[in-house]
Amino acid sequence: MAIIEVRDLGKRYGPKTAVDSVSFEVAEGEIFGILGPNGAGKTTTVECVSGLRTPDQGSVSVLGRPPADVRPAIGVQLQESELPERIRVSEALSLFSSFYPSPADWSERLGLSPHLKAEYGQLSGGLKQRLSIALALIGSPRVAILDELTTGLDPQARRDTWSLIEEVRSAGVTILLVTHFMEEAERLCDRVAVFRDGRIVALDTPSGLVSKVDGATRVRFVPSVALDVALLQVLPEVTAVDLVGEQIVVSGSENLLHAVTSLLARKQIVARQLRVDQVSLDDAYVELTGGSGAEDH
Amino acid sequence: MLKIIEVEARLFVRDRLNSLFSLLFPCLLLLVLGAVPALRTPAPEFGGLRFIDSYVSSLVVVTLVFIGLQRLPAVVATYREKGVLRRLSTTPMHPARLLLGQLVVNFAAAILSVLLTIVVAYVVFGVDLPHHPLGLAAAVVLGGAGTFALGLVIAALAPNARAAGGWATVVFMLLMFFGGVYLPRFMLPSVVQAIGSYTPPGVEALQQAWLGTAPDWRHLAIMGLVSLVAGTVAARTFRWE
Repeated sequence: MAIIEVRDLGKRYGPKTAVDSVSFEVAEGEIFGILGPNGAGKTTTVECVSGLRTPDQGSVSVLGRPPADVRPAIGVQLQESELPERIRVSEALSLFSSFYPSPADWSERLGLSPHLKAEYGQLSGGLKQRLSIALALIGSPRVAILDELTTGLDPQARRDTWSLIEEVRSAGVTILLVTHFMEEAERLCDRVAVFRDGRIVALDTPSGLVSKVDGATRVRFVPSVALDVALLQVLPEVTAVDLVGEQIVVSGSENLLHAVTSLLARKQIVARQLRVDQVSLDDAYVELTGGSGAEDH
Repeated sequence: MLKIIEVEARLFVRDRLNSLFSLLFPCLLLLVLGAVPALRTPAPEFGGLRFIDSYVSSLVVVTLVFIGLQRLPAVVATYREKGVLRRLSTTPMHPARLLLGQLVVNFAAAILSVLLTIVVAYVVFGVDLPHHPLGLAAAVVLGGAGTFALGLVIAALAPNARAAGGWATVVFMLLMFFGGVYLPRFMLPSVVQAIGSYTPPGVEALQQAWLGTAPDWRHLAIMGLVSLVAGTVAARTFRWE
């Protein structure tokens, strides 16, 4: 059952279209990632899902209702939203827990316990982030919306946060995760929507996204004797062959390596300096969003 | 809601400099001025009263204007700028409750400060207790409401916390001037005195309720009107982010 349903969502700010005909569904218990460059409409989309903004077009429903009607069931962690400078961690926690019928205390799990007396303004970026996560989860939400969850955390804290998110999910919480870390999306997300210019350009599992990229596998080698490139080009697994100096770079589908090595074996050619590269989600992302500017489609 | 007021009150007290200033400054000013013998001697300029008698209403002006224009708009604009209001918008609690909490705490502080001024004026300098307590209460509540509402208009319209601080300071200075804080009112031209009767928080009504017989209901009505108009403008134009 879809717990979040976004249909044909559109939102504009003045003349600028922030989000245009975006549709997706998130199933209960899923970790759904939203990826894309700055200004692609990610934050606007999650703001509509969290009930902060009213869509100009289309509809958003959470648990089958408009998001504003189910606020207590949605936990939100936002970018660029702070707390009063001098509020103590313990006060923020008790204030926010007073808003919900059955509050949950995540402070221990998030390592906030030693800092309960500290004032917000004195916390490090990482601790502020952790407090923000604790406040998003404090209402025992059924849906958690986390925007740039691990930005500002050091690598260790980031990994800790990831395992926390997995824990939260195994408690049955559905998670909508905005991120720009491919590693994070790859590790956590069941499915990922890639945004570009206010639209979804791809929606798949992380490995599905990777496999969609042309020439997902690359084999490079230097042949022991001259090799007719045309022999490689006729192989069905091969999509492109390039010559870089004396090195041959063959791009193609998953079974590329086997196809290439069998050919070389038949011709009794030894492949020296053999290397196989797999396209990562990073590369897939760059290709999908045209982030490098090299490819545009 | 009680929790919000509690937390806001803690934050108010924790901001030591500002909270001490808003609670104690009028009393300190009274003590300093009262230490000058000439200001403790009845003089014909003050209608046979002493300077400090004629100045108590201006001390109330200091309290209300400081809290309403130096504290309130700055805190509210900062809450918006830092995304505190935005953060609350995602919870079941409407962020308006936070502003309400701010108003309650600041109003309570203002009343406490006025009571303190009354007590110090009476105990140390023998200034009469308010002749018309109910009238004074009405003048403080309506004058405070008018001043706070102006502060909220500034918080609503200013693009950011810095601008809010700047605008509020200009209005703060003007209201202090018309309220006879810099120069006692008897030294001001009669036009300025007349204006001061109608600018929040309404020094004339405060003075009349304290040492006269009763505040002029027209002055009170004007304060009520100012609160209503400014309050409506603030509510209509307020941005949560």
